[in-house]
Amino acid sequence: MSRRGANKSGTRSNETTAGWLFTAPALIILGLFLVIPVLMAAWVSMSDWNGRGSPFASTVGFVGSDNYRQVLTSEGGLQARDFGTAMRNNFWYVVLVVPLQTIASLYLAVLVNRKVLRGRGFFRTAFYFPSVTSSVAIVLVFLFLFSGSGAVNQILGWVGINGPNWFADPRGVLQLLLGTVGIDSAPSALLDHGFLSISWWEWLAGPSVAMSALVLLAVFTTSGTFMLLFIAALQNIGGEIEEAGMMDGANGWQRFRLITVPMVRPTLFTVLTLGLIGTWQVFDQIYVGTQGGPAKTTITPAYLSYTASFQQQNWGQGAAIAFILFFVIVVLALVQRWVLRERTTVSRRKRYLPAQTGGGQ
Amino acid sequence: MSGSTLAPTLDGTQDAVRSPRRGRISVDRKNLLRTSLTFGVLVVIALIYIYPFLIQIATSFKTDADATASPLSLIPETWTSSTYVTLFTSDLPFPRWAMNSTIVTLVVTTGRVLFCSMAGYALARLKFRGRGLVFAGLIAVMAVPGVVLLIPKFLVVNQLGIYDSYAGMTIPLLADAAGVFIMKNFFESIPASVEEAARIDGAGVFRTFWSVVLPMARPALITLVILSFQGSWNELSHFVVSAQSPELYTLTKGVATLASGGLGQAQQFPLKLGAAALMTIPVAVMFFIFQRQIMSTTEGAVKG
Repeated sequence: MSRRGANKSGTRSNETTAGWLFTAPALIILGLFLVIPVLMAAWVSMSDWNGRGSPFASTVGFVGSDNYRQVLTSEGGLQARDFGTAMRNNFWYVVLVVPLQTIASLYLAVLVNRKVLRGRGFFRTAFYFPSVTSSVAIVLVFLFLFSGSGAVNQILGWVGINGPNWFADPRGVLQLLLGTVGIDSAPSALLDHGFLSISWWEWLAGPSVAMSALVLLAVFTTSGTFMLLFIAALQNIGGEIEEAGMMDGANGWQRFRLITVPMVRPTLFTVLTLGLIGTWQVFDQIYVGTQGGPAKTTITPAYLSYTASFQQQNWGQGAAIAFILFFVIVVLALVQRWVLRERTTVSRRKRYLPAQTGGGQ
Repeated sequence: MSGSTLAPTLDGTQDAVRSPRRGRISVDRKNLLRTSLTFGVLVVIALIYIYPFLIQIATSFKTDADATASPLSLIPETWTSSTYVTLFTSDLPFPRWAMNSTIVTLVVTTGRVLFCSMAGYALARLKFRGRGLVFAGLIAVMAVPGVVLLIPKFLVVNQLGIYDSYAGMTIPLLADAAGVFIMKNFFESIPASVEEAARIDGAGVFRTFWSVVLPMARPALITLVILSFQGSWNELSHFVVSAQSPELYTLTKGVATLASGGLGQAQQFPLKLGAAALMTIPVAVMFFIFQRQIMSTTEGAVKG
């Protein structure tokens, strides 16, 4: 620092030029392909551009919020129904994947982090490997594993379960469960009212069997990455606190709940946020594996935005869906932030005593 | 506590000699039991994680009928290499896909490593007007979810006239805000004295960067190479929106067409899984070479 001070006058202007030169390539590319696209899409989402020629040509008309209205309100007919269905599908996907992958990755991290464990490296590698391979390759493997006479159904057959034809089964899991207790037709209150152009009964269907297989795929591929984050956090805790907890007579579950979880809370927050953002963007798996089928039960907003634009040439709507999705992700991330912060203060107070004993070794 | 008096006799004398405190012994026994239980659980989970890949490889050497009849077995009834023969000699443009993937990956990785390290260096070391603004801009850019940009990216690529070309497939991927942060964090973690000495000796900023700073940044550069390689090799959605002609299919896009009925009605699982296995090899090799490095990268990336 002192050297730079001595040299200051000579290098200042030099450094400004260099600074801009050094950052220019990255800035130009990010600006050109991240910032300008957003502005351009904002225009397209309010236009009737059909994909031919430039969206800025004089033949392209301004339609205001029409595209948004067609997607969000019932006047849009099929498009609005598709969007509602996509939101329903993705909602259940998020509701299942986020908690499952968080629990799975934390559990794996706790297991692998034991000091006395033989072959730690091997286990870490095994759990992380699915995360580095291409989503396309994994989807192909899952299509095979979950096919009608595939490996998963064969294993289920050992315990007498007749597995479904996973990726071809549009039945909602929740409605299947309701069916087993005798509820197989909807009360009219649920049929007559709804949200985003589909009835509450359709929302209540839960993820389809096909979507459930994609949920398992997501947990399989992401738990390794998040496990690494948790391992890093656990290593920061160190063994002493754990040992102190042991001395105080806390059993395994108590130590996990009262020491480990509070200490990895920042990482937990990161994993939940990354999970939430990631799961609302599911695209690859749908594009490769199901193309939205069976019976549209695996279309997601991201995939719908792609098909609306590239297949139906309805670019305004595709762009509008992308913006709505963006909005949903931002709002949910903020809501989650708020919810988790609230709970942190409450539980700190509640766990004041045990945390003190754990920390005061 | 009541069990502790009984424990020494059951545990053998060794423990009793090693730990004079009697309470310890029952804890040790419990630990042993728990450790072996954990180990068992881990083995089962590891099997769940690894077995799909073993099935993938085994199935690629099976016949179609065998694959459907015994999807779980790891030993083909009759070994056949017809999957691989088909992939490399039939009209299926598999080698072409592999070539495209290689080109795109090499270009993107080179570009990212260069541009991200330059920008990261400038943000970490050079004091220039507007640095705060650049930094804030990068953070904002990182916050935009990628899939939301699919349609927008196409719009710009199309407008620039580089749709359906290698340029359209690679240029938008050449810089990556997360990579800039990794490099910035690294440069901030190493002392500035060496490069300052070089600067005082009269080397210009670029010269210093190229021949003094970059060689020192090897660990971070390797990290960046791994992330870029893996990212661009596995990239699918950007290629979906930036090109359409079959000559420009990458492995991800080409193999995806196999999944979605590019083979007609037949299931042909051995062929699909063989293709999937082949496209995994480069990333897998990378993974096993740089295992330790990879295991610690994710941490750095998120901290950034």
